[in-house]
Amino acid sequence: MGLTISEKIFRDHSNEKVVAGDFTVADIDIAMAHDGTAPLAIDNFEDMGGKKVWDPSKIVLILDHLSPSPHTSASIVHKQMREFARKYKIQNFFDIGSGVCHQILPEKGFINTGNLVVGADSHTCTHGALGAFSTGIGSTDMAAVFYSGKLWFRVPETFRIEVSGKLHPFVLAKDLILHIIGQIRADGATYKAVEFCGETVKGFDIASRMTLCNMAVEMGAKTGLVSPDKKTLDYLENRVPSSGKVVENDPDAEFEETFNFEVDDLSPQIAYPPFVDNVRPIEEYEGTDVDQIFLGSCTNGRLEDLQIAAKILDGKKIHEDVRMIVMPASRDIYLRTIKDGLAEIFLNAGCCINNPGCGPCVGGHAGILAPGEVCLSTTNRNFEGRMGEKGQIYLGSPATAAATALKGVIADPRELEA
Amino acid sequence: MSKTHIKGKVWKFGDDINTDIIIWGKYKYSILDLKELSKHAMEAISPGFAEKISSGDIIVAGKNFGCGSSREHAPLVLKYAGVGAVVAKFFARIFYRNAFAVGLPVIECPELFDKSKEGDEFEIDLEKGVILNLNNNESFKIKPMPSFLLDILKEGSLVEHFKKHGGF
Ligand code: SF4
Repeated sequence: MGLTISEKIFRDHSNEKVVAGDFTVADIDIAMAHDGTAPLAIDNFEDMGGKKVWDPSKIVLILDHLSPSPHTSASIVHKQMREFARKYKIQNFFDIGSGVCHQILPEKGFINTGNLVVGADSHTCTHGALGAFSTGIGSTDMAAVFYSGKLWFRVPETFRIEVSGKLHPFVLAKDLILHIIGQIRADGATYKAVEFCGETVKGFDIASRMTLCNMAVEMGAKTGLVSPDKKTLDYLENRVPSSGKVVENDPDAEFEETFNFEVDDLSPQIAYPPFVDNVRPIEEYEGTDVDQIFLGSCTNGRLEDLQIAAKILDGKKIHEDVRMIVMPASRDIYLRTIKDGLAEIFLNAGCCINNPGCGPCVGGHAGILAPGEVCLSTTNRNFEGRMGEKGQIYLGSPATAAATALKGVIADPRELEA
Repeated sequence: MSKTHIKGKVWKFGDDINTDIIIWGKYKYSILDLKELSKHAMEAISPGFAEKISSGDIIVAGKNFGCGSSREHAPLVLKYAGVGAVVAKFFARIFYRNAFAVGLPVIECPELFDKSKEGDEFEIDLEKGVILNLNNNESFKIKPMPSFLLDILKEGSLVEHFKKHGGF
């Protein structure tokens, strides 16, 4: 019987002939923690009696959740992390303004095909877009990884999501993944590795594939995956220190289930509050009043996302009844935003550009809603209170965000003349 | 009774018991002592739960137990409240991992939900992979756990396990 990508990656990292459903202890290639999760991991590491970390070059620490620090307790956490990095000689320490963890890892070449990656953050599944197995873990698990470089896993079964058809230019990977989550539901893929495939996914750039994989966790998945191809290798070239192992499914690999999606006529999608799987076509929510628009996050803060929004906003002003926050997902993207003239478009349109980080996505600072206010956000979660107590979050694509900013109400980007 | 051999009464809960039901987010920052915090376990749907149960009692739940946030407080308060094990149709993934990390036995057994009543006496043997309903002697097979996971549970948590062995 053939093997899936996940089964092969776990075999490579555990030296055991594991198949889906088996438990194993595997070697980790890269471990990431940020200012939301590192503190407890550090405490537990020290509690375990850790004297040195397993491999300082394989640990990445990032200050992104509250960056720059908005209050003393965050400052204390940041200080603890800086000191930990110094003490254990962790060079891959990214201080404030570097960007969101899930952008930094791929952009700076920490992710390679065939890798086994863990992050103390649920959206670590993003990196499956590059053909790695990458998943979120808790802080105590992370302490065990800091200590030993190993972690236990249950090898997941695989769901295949096969997508065919051509999307409208203003209907994006975000709309597709929202649609998929609406169908499979928030717990429909619990534990599974979800592999996105088919001609539509093959046609997607890496940024779009990351958007898909990023949200796999919103259907309960352990990771999202896209089988590596030429686009993957092109992206990795000049980023990773050496080429990785390209791991693909065997032709007779066994998948637990296959879902088919045909997307020729897909509308932009909206996830209405307070659950990510509350997904409806935009037609049903057009005209909904909003107060704030947020363009950014590990889901949609990449250059491609900013480009499409800038294209829509070019030479125009956002509606006087709304405010729009733009947050490039990394310093490199921020620089490109400036160099390529996107920053000027956003500023002239009346947007506020924040420094790279998570910002309002997690409700820590930099764009918190007042009770009862509504945000159209390109992020990945619309749970009650996530962007501020009693604030309402509608999730949509960068194109929908820009169209909504112009109209001042939720608006369909397809209706804007190009 | 070892930590892999659990005996207690069943407390039943439904589907999608999220981490906010297990422990209200508002307590997370206001109560730092875990023993104190555990008094509020399951309070949102079962006020006084922590007082009503006896040590070793078993939560039996539907699907997706532990969904929501990835905070480790959720399995911790159940453990501190005296819950011996949670048996569910399936668990949210990060809760499942965190449960082992903090040493709370969690068991997937899809049939148990329909074949148990609140108050039934159960015995669970994790090493043998068997759940026994002591009220009617009906037994349920579960996939036996690998030895390193059993060891983590026996030793109390992943931190204790690492203290003792310096690794898995
Ligand atoms: S951008 Fe949002 S979802 Fe992504 S890592 Fe930051 S807080 Fe989490």
